[in-house]
Amino acid sequence: MTDPAGTLSYVYAVGRDDDHRAGNGSVTGPGAGEDTGLRGIGGHSIRWVAAAGLRAAVGDVDRAEFTEGALEERLEDLAWLAATARAHHRVVDTIGRAMLVAPLALATVYFDDDRVRAVLTSGRDAFDAVLGRLAGRSEFGLKIYAHRREDREPADRPSSGTAYLRARRQALRDRETTTEQARAAAEEIDRAVAAVATDTRTHRLQDAALSGTAAEMVLNRAYLVPVERTGELAALVDGLVDHPRLQLELTGPWVPYSFVQSVP
Amino acid sequence: MSAGSLPDGLDHGLTPQSTTLFGDQEVALVDLLDRLLAGGVVLAGDVTISLAGVDLVRVSLRALITSIAPVERPGRPGGDDG
Repeated sequence: MTDPAGTLSYVYAVGRDDDHRAGNGSVTGPGAGEDTGLRGIGGHSIRWVAAAGLRAAVGDVDRAEFTEGALEERLEDLAWLAATARAHHRVVDTIGRAMLVAPLALATVYFDDDRVRAVLTSGRDAFDAVLGRLAGRSEFGLKIYAHRREDREPADRPSSGTAYLRARRQALRDRETTTEQARAAAEEIDRAVAAVATDTRTHRLQDAALSGTAAEMVLNRAYLVPVERTGELAALVDGLVDHPRLQLELTGPWVPYSFVQSVP
Repeated sequence: MSAGSLPDGLDHGLTPQSTTLFGDQEVALVDLLDRLLAGGVVLAGDVTISLAGVDLVRVSLRALITSIAPVERPGRPGGDDG
């Protein structure tokens, strides 16, 4: 049962049997243990494991990769982390588009499918509550950047070192003012977007090296938006494409990763 | 180009040029990790803990990401530049 050379059961997402039956996406069909047709981490096929009216999307992972020591080491390996995160996301996103699911944290593994069934059974009410909160809602991400203004170069060559320094200091002050104004404007937009959302989360501001954008990020938020209000969200963001100070980037719909922290 | 891959009800007026639609464009890894590290249902008190330790995993991941991109502004807007 706990063969050290074997596999573990990796859980990607949990949904309700009822929603699964009602769905008409690419991952349908009755019965636990059924192949979803999807492939997850390590290319392993994804199956349904059902219990207590819930069903979990589960795939094998190589035990050797997911022992505590091995995992710690591998997490330092960005290529492995990226491949794992993308494989995880592909499964969750594909299923999430077909039916309501609660996505699980990365690297949630159990010894076998019986353990998964036990967790579904014991966590049934908590999962029900989480799924109820997510029903009919999608996550959208909004990142706002301050337009980068070129530092004004003095029209003429500075006449002296002092003049040069003065000009540099003024340029720095201008840039700070610009950032402050951009933040204030971003917060105003945030309030407007939050008004169409039922919940919001703040994400870390991304370093320019990671975001791949030279402009400075001043806001990174996630919004849980009722499906019937996504049009309002889109209109709101579309209306701001020509904002003089800010550049907006809307992402989504996401499976609501940011709005399911814990099942007690 | 229409957003034909979206489920019913999610395509009202969303314009691809300002929206990263799944299936149309690959999600930015940094956006994905933000969500996978801070989000997802965390199951406590089960085999996961004794085996790999979800918290341990998440802490390690956070440390890794933080080491890639030091957070220069500690969350609070404004006033921390001086």
